[in-house]
Amino acid sequence: MADLALDPSGPGARGPGTPGPGEIPAGVDVQALSADTHIGEVLDELDRELIGLRPVKGRVRDIAALLLIERARKEVGLAAGSPSLHMSFTGNPGTGKTTVAMRMAQILHRLGYVRRGHVVAVTRDDLVGQYIGHTAPKTREVLKKAMGGVLFIDEAYYLYRPENERDYGQEAIEILLQVMENQRDDLVVILAGYRDRMETFFRSNPGLSSRIAHHLDFPDYSPQELEAIASRMLESMQYRLSSSGASALRDYIPLRMRQEHFANARSMRNALDRARLRQANRLIARSGSKLTREELMTIEGEDIRSSRVFARGDP
Amino acid sequence: MRITQGTFSFLPDLSDPEIRAQIDYALDQGWAIGVEHTDDPHPRNFYWEMWGNPMFDLRDAAGVMGELAACRRAHPHVYIRLSAFDSVRGFETTRLSFIVQRPVDEPGFHLKRHEMEGRHIQYTLESYAAAAPEGRRYQE
Repeated sequence: MADLALDPSGPGARGPGTPGPGEIPAGVDVQALSADTHIGEVLDELDRELIGLRPVKGRVRDIAALLLIERARKEVGLAAGSPSLHMSFTGNPGTGKTTVAMRMAQILHRLGYVRRGHVVAVTRDDLVGQYIGHTAPKTREVLKKAMGGVLFIDEAYYLYRPENERDYGQEAIEILLQVMENQRDDLVVILAGYRDRMETFFRSNPGLSSRIAHHLDFPDYSPQELEAIASRMLESMQYRLSSSGASALRDYIPLRMRQEHFANARSMRNALDRARLRQANRLIARSGSKLTREELMTIEGEDIRSSRVFARGDP
Repeated sequence: MRITQGTFSFLPDLSDPEIRAQIDYALDQGWAIGVEHTDDPHPRNFYWEMWGNPMFDLRDAAGVMGELAACRRAHPHVYIRLSAFDSVRGFETTRLSFIVQRPVDEPGFHLKRHEMEGRHIQYTLESYAAAAPEGRRYQE
């Protein structure tokens, strides 16, 4: 340490804005930094692989830009207070909250904000204990596992149960708050859930709300986006729709959207799974000649049209 | 007398960043880390007190460092070690273990010679500190 203080190029010996010949460079190539972290690739992948979600993608890009600049500032020796990156994801079921959380962990890892970049996904059961003194160790255990990565708390509002004043959820929230504040460098907490219930949750826990810098709202998908999602899913499962199948799907989506328990992309996945079931049945029933590769891959209109959704018709 | 036990025992005591690096290495190998402490550092005492359960499924050293800090706060004057347990079949044992805290004053051991028949001698190692009752052995 004594050597450093005598060195004229040491950080203390120089006013701001007059860089010396030391290790701290005068400027920094943000392009190179960006290429270095491959952050562009991850963001492009996000754009390509996730359909819709424009506001979310915009926000993710903003955060990535902030972290990149923060890194650049650090390289030229400017004050770089690590920003608070705890987030809340609100949106209806099946709008991609968990998927984006996984990507977010990847992005934060690439930019060096978290050390490991893994995601620990938990719900109330994993945090809250069953008897007095059980909650704190349980919550700490989960937090320890999430260190260096992202803690994703799904349906976070279940942590707080105002109707029972002796509920242990409050204890978990307090420990969470403490870690969110003091160990910002060690983990990022993402709270997720349905919009209205999350709002009530934040209103009754203002401390939590104020420690969350980014509130991301996940919009519902439009029918066109759902169609694109469905064909993306089929592609990944090595299926394809015949032309009658495609038109059946186009009719199916608005009908399904109007029915109860509609869960966006998740409903699409379920619909496709059932269509595969019917396709399998149809192929088995049609015993006779050998099945071609084409037949094994194709989902026909009838596979989708025999769905319950059509039987119920327009309300 | 400075007690030497476990890995790195002939190196100077590890600093916190060095300890963190070792933990990261162990976690990368898939080993579970346990924090243990004792005030009876006899070389044959394998049964150190456990500070909580061994930590399985961790990904980052921060969790262990937190537990270590808590253990140091609760037991500022005794020996603390970290041990890394490998659960892979065939090993199922401690793969790495090192001391991360020691008392300031380590009185060392007394070698007791016990004369047996035929000038045969039986040796016993006795920690000076262990003469005091448990919990009062190392104090500032």
